[in-house]
Amino acid sequence: MAVAEQTLASAPVRRKQASQSYLSLVWWKFRKNRTAVFGGVLLLVLHIAMVGVPEFVSPYLLERTSDYVEAKPQRIRFFDQEGNFHLRPFVYGLEKKIDLAKRTRVYVDDPIRIYPLGFFVAGEPYQLFGLIPLKTHLYGTLSDDPAASVFIMGTDALGRDWFTRILYGGRLSLMIGLIGQLMTIAFGTILGAMSGYYGGWVDQLIQRATELLGAIPDIPLFMALAAAIPSFWSPISVYFMLTLILSFVRWGGLARQVRGLILSLREREYALAAKSAGGSDSRIMFRHLLPGTMSHVIVIATLAIPGMILSETALSWLGLGLRPPLTSWGVLLQDAATVRAIHTTPWELWTVPFILLTILAYNMLGDGLRDALDPYSGR
Amino acid sequence: MSVTNQTQSQAQPPTKNDTILLDVKGLKKYFPIQKGFLRRTVGYVKAVDDISFFVREGETLGVVGESGCGKSTAGRSIIRLYEPTAGQVSFKSQVLGSNGQTKTVNLLDLNAQEMKSVRQEISMIFQDPVNSLNPRMSVSDIIAEPMIIHGMKMGQDTEDIIVSLLERVGLRSDHLRRYPHEFSGGQRQRIGIARALSLNPSLVICDEPVSALDVSIQAQTLNLLQDLQKDFNLAYIFVAHDMSVVEHISDRVAVMYVGKIVEMAETDALFTNPLHPYTEALLSSVPKPDPLYKPHRIMMQGEVADPSNPPSGCYFHPRCRYAQDLCKEKSPEFRQIKHDHWTACHFAGELKLEGI
Ligand SMILES: Nc1ncnc2c1ncn2[C@@H]1O[C@H](COP(=O)(O)OP(=O)(O)OP(=O)(O)O)[C@@H](O)[C@H]1O
Ligand SMILES: [Mg+2]
Repeated sequence: MAVAEQTLASAPVRRKQASQSYLSLVWWKFRKNRTAVFGGVLLLVLHIAMVGVPEFVSPYLLERTSDYVEAKPQRIRFFDQEGNFHLRPFVYGLEKKIDLAKRTRVYVDDPIRIYPLGFFVAGEPYQLFGLIPLKTHLYGTLSDDPAASVFIMGTDALGRDWFTRILYGGRLSLMIGLIGQLMTIAFGTILGAMSGYYGGWVDQLIQRATELLGAIPDIPLFMALAAAIPSFWSPISVYFMLTLILSFVRWGGLARQVRGLILSLREREYALAAKSAGGSDSRIMFRHLLPGTMSHVIVIATLAIPGMILSETALSWLGLGLRPPLTSWGVLLQDAATVRAIHTTPWELWTVPFILLTILAYNMLGDGLRDALDPYSGR
Repeated sequence: MSVTNQTQSQAQPPTKNDTILLDVKGLKKYFPIQKGFLRRTVGYVKAVDDISFFVREGETLGVVGESGCGKSTAGRSIIRLYEPTAGQVSFKSQVLGSNGQTKTVNLLDLNAQEMKSVRQEISMIFQDPVNSLNPRMSVSDIIAEPMIIHGMKMGQDTEDIIVSLLERVGLRSDHLRRYPHEFSGGQRQRIGIARALSLNPSLVICDEPVSALDVSIQAQTLNLLQDLQKDFNLAYIFVAHDMSVVEHISDRVAVMYVGKIVEMAETDALFTNPLHPYTEALLSSVPKPDPLYKPHRIMMQGEVADPSNPPSGCYFHPRCRYAQDLCKEKSPEFRQIKHDHWTACHFAGELKLEGI
């Protein structure tokens, strides 16, 4: 039934989109894949929220500490203690107590202090994209009480809002994935294409280099290279060095695939036709060969971004990657993944679902792209 | 096959021109076989091994042979898609001549610049209708590409040329902005033909242009090629493995076996009166139009010889019905037996071979 409907519905679409370019065919096929579209939208949201405008999305700034040290998450409520419904959601204030038996500090809800929440509230000033001065945050409390707070995922040992830290951590982690993968694509495609097109000693050299890189297991290689980063470097230099290392270690696989594709594409008769008409090497490369590898490269790259993000996370968690004061998901995990932290501040594990969600979304998008970028296959 | 009797009368162009356009002498293409980590060359695939032939202006030379005997390699070596190992390819060029005079040049001696100019005069049509057109380019881009390579600017003039080429090969001008996947195999082949004609060549190398098409479409495409030949005075080198297609379109035929030409003659002479046992065997596989004719098909034993390790003497002797001791020992010379009828067989003229 559903199938019949779908074919009926798609018949006119198919006719209408006759004489459209490769890209519109790809888009048309991609759109039909719900999972992939979902993954794509999710990634878009994550990237906008974290890479683009975390200052706006989070209610606090990254550096803002508070007296609420290692406070539990404040639940967002609609009903107060008497069972009255509030149209506007609110959180209870936190009250610090000392548990003498366990000798720990605990926070309990204070039902007297009700802090209503709202969207687009004014808060601490910041500069959007480093340019536009703004005070509006996506959400926050509407209360004038200086003690008012909204920590939806609790706080850390310095009283910083954990959700804010996840957002800013995502900025570095996601950007490592994107920038690192772009560099991998650049290395891999250029070297692979040269290797496949020119052959001879160029090919030999590049092939041996990829074999050498491939022979060394990733993690020890990362560790060796990352450990070599001088500790007196500024955090930003460390960040870029780490991105470079991650992409340097990974270009080999892509280069091999591109080489294989170029080898087969350059024997395609359309490439021969251009060559027999006198087309230059660069015309054949850029018009006939590389466009034919791009879909493949994009799919591989998309599916490899999670690996990149995870590598950063793993390295930073091991203490070899990014270090505080930089905030990345790996750095956050380093805080969260001690026995004491799991016991006293389990909410710091909120980082994990964000990492998983990102990886899942990249895989959904990558799978969808793989199907969509080969639109001639299903005809 | 129906094409054979359908339009037999059209096969001969009305005017015969005796000027030789392309003269190939001793052409060789050996592919090195490399082994091991250091890529040492351990041997050669002698894909094309010392072949000589010529093509006259406006005529069709058919090249037949089983798969792997070097037909494509020969065609590609002529226009240096593969750099030939040895030989001479003389071509009567218009563009390299001055004051409207033609100039005969050896293509293998030309520098890159001259070779590029000559490429306007020699074009190729390929076998595979799927792979011969770039799926990411529109029909107009595909046909325009050779013109752009040779320095024409896209504009109204080129657009007009493209439209008239499209119409000439039987497509419509509204196909211009479409992409290859929207066409059938036969239509794609027509696009490939239009591309080959876009620079107004004098020689077109057709590498099995109809092998991948349905029989009915084959006939249409062959007829189109013949019409175009007349209109533009094209010479064709027509590679095929189907004897009836070759008979239909060719003025003369060259038969190849393991990198060598074993027989070459006018089409009629070769088909009625073959001089080489390999030609006879190929001809016996052609279905006869006469339903009462008792098929007498010569089954060749064994496979095509390996061009990297050919047998001694005559390469065909392990499969030949008439082989004698001499054939195992001595390689036969390619010699003229009758007027314009060449063959490489020790016993040419002595054997009673059957044609059709
Ligand atoms: N680029 C190459 N490198 C090495 N060997 C090659 C190459 N191209 C062709 N050959 C070999 O040369 C021989 C002739 O090949 P070719 O493609 O010219 O045959 P063909 O007569 O066109 O066959 P078909 O009818 O299958 O197209 C074959 O043995 C093939 O394996
Ligand atoms: Mg071939």
